[in-house]
Amino acid sequence: MDEDYDVIVLGTGLTECILSGLLSVDGKKVLHIDKQDHYGGESASVALSQLYQKFKQNPVSKDEMEAKFGRDRDWSVDLIPKFLMADGELTKILVHTDVTRYVDFKQVTGSYVYNKGKIYKVPANEMEAISSPLMGIFEKRRMKRFLEWISEYQEDDLKTHQGLDLDKNTMDEVYYKFGLGSSTKDFIGHAMALWTNDDYLQQPARASFERILLYLQSVARYGKSPYLYPLYGLGELPQGFARLSAIYGGTYMLNTPVEKVLYDDEGKFQGVVTKEGTARAPIVIADPTYFPEKCKSTGQKVIRAICVLKHAVPNTSNADSVQLIIPQSQVGRQNDIYVAVMSDSHNVASKGHYLAIVSTIVETDKPHVELEPAFKLLGPIEERFMGIAEIFEPKESGSADNVYLSRSYDSSSHFESMTDDVKDIYFRVTGHPLVLKKRSQEEGIQQQEEE
Amino acid sequence: MNTSVTSIKLVLLGEAAVGKSSIVLRFVSNDFAENKEPTIGAAFLTQRVNMGDHTIKFEIWDTAGQERFASLAPMYYRNAQAALVVYDVTKPQSFIKARHWVKELHEQASRDIVIALVGNKLDIIENGAERKVAREEAESLAQQEGLLFFETSAKTGSNVNDVFLGIGQKIPLKTAQNQAQDGGRGSSGLRINDDSRVDLRASNGQATSASGCNC
Repeated sequence: MDEDYDVIVLGTGLTECILSGLLSVDGKKVLHIDKQDHYGGESASVALSQLYQKFKQNPVSKDEMEAKFGRDRDWSVDLIPKFLMADGELTKILVHTDVTRYVDFKQVTGSYVYNKGKIYKVPANEMEAISSPLMGIFEKRRMKRFLEWISEYQEDDLKTHQGLDLDKNTMDEVYYKFGLGSSTKDFIGHAMALWTNDDYLQQPARASFERILLYLQSVARYGKSPYLYPLYGLGELPQGFARLSAIYGGTYMLNTPVEKVLYDDEGKFQGVVTKEGTARAPIVIADPTYFPEKCKSTGQKVIRAICVLKHAVPNTSNADSVQLIIPQSQVGRQNDIYVAVMSDSHNVASKGHYLAIVSTIVETDKPHVELEPAFKLLGPIEERFMGIAEIFEPKESGSADNVYLSRSYDSSSHFESMTDDVKDIYFRVTGHPLVLKKRSQEEGIQQQEEE
Repeated sequence: MNTSVTSIKLVLLGEAAVGKSSIVLRFVSNDFAENKEPTIGAAFLTQRVNMGDHTIKFEIWDTAGQERFASLAPMYYRNAQAALVVYDVTKPQSFIKARHWVKELHEQASRDIVIALVGNKLDIIENGAERKVAREEAESLAQQEGLLFFETSAKTGSNVNDVFLGIGQKIPLKTAQNQAQDGGRGSSGLRINDDSRVDLRASNGQATSASGCNC
């Protein structure tokens, strides 16, 4: 198979698959290759047996494992835990590309935050806010005024700014203006704006404002929490976008290692050699594992622990799915600890089982100990798989050699930074910003003939 | 229309170039294209079949060519209620691949999936070419694995409708009812049912009308 393409994409992680789908819809001829025999790369969801192979020195037999945890095929465990914001960019991309046809979503039941030794539900509406034990009565009034300011703010109507300048005032100054106390700040900054540390306090308020607005709009969309999660796990997402690409002519080759990368005399990308032959294209998009020499470490490492439970997380009203945030200041850290909980109701675990994936940015040389505060909240843990991932980013923009690389998936609890990366790479590759257009109706051509 | 309509997601599986898309084209449009290019573009066709007291709307998902380099995503067949596993009666290799797909479906697809094993390109044999997959061999596989079995020609149309009618008769009524309750894909309004599934497209105003609402 010696052929010419417009773009070659290496790795079927979510970032690569979205780009592959978008470029195929744009009419580009895409060849998409993965060295592994399954879709998703780092953003795959895997069976329990695959987790044992990946994380444990002495894997248990399949019979033993199934006796304990039910059928292997009922498990679909994310390697990287994240949720979709209901009103976030990934949701918009899914809707505009119609990939929603291939993937079903459910709401995440509750969003919780740790405060002074207990966990509290993050209020999803005014009623919950009024009855929440998270704040005293006076603080609730101040919080209400703060949220009113957010929702009424109009960029071109100075009156609604209440004397604050989003680009000049820091977020700490905004908190001060509304008289909000430290535990409310923690709650707003970490459970709503979803900052992983406190650096944002001294930065201009605009980014925080936008994040809080996204949170509120996402909650408003479906009610229970701002988060959505796909049935059968996050690994469905790259597969859905790969299908989109294939429908628009994209060619897919899994289980196909790249034997050689071809460059021209000026060092520009020319193509790849695989077992199927030589494929040429002027541009390549890839995840960091395909071009390690062109990537550098960000210095950040993320530790993730996948915990199997036989019960819902205590104090969450038996919720089948939960986002639990432990703000850094609550446990004397610099970075928050996240716990993403899913269960059989999302078809990611066998009946009666729950998955709690705990993650944070590593701060010490005993990273597993850093997760202890979260483990304590989970109750008995049946099985635990722990891994540390280093976060990589490309050294260069790709304009010199036409090698465009994605970033590793970060520690954030949602996909907003990933979609920023998608849009950034799309811009660098095509030279124009991504404009989401509604897909036309090629698919689902209705045939109304009656038998 | 007063009869109840049930949507059935049906997927096509089988080696490249065995005629999967041609079978669908024959079924949906009663048409055939010689030297059809590998599938590009349309990956989702619907066709209604009247089953007497109720109507089945087949939602037929094509592979979009992802089988060419053995790269079909499991997502493709995971929720399918019916599958056509197609092979070419003149290509033994394609029958080996069909066996593989039957196994894969039993492992990965929903438990009550209805599978039809389909030996296609019967017309080539009728025109004198040598049969390479014995009818008995395929029948015995179908019997062992509980599959429907047909030999078809997408080119002449022989037996093609029978495949879909056979599947329609075998679809468990329970599945059918659940599906009907679900309202099908593309229904308008916020799709939060008892299990709080959401329809991301709902608030977009223009809920896709192509696949229509089942009412």
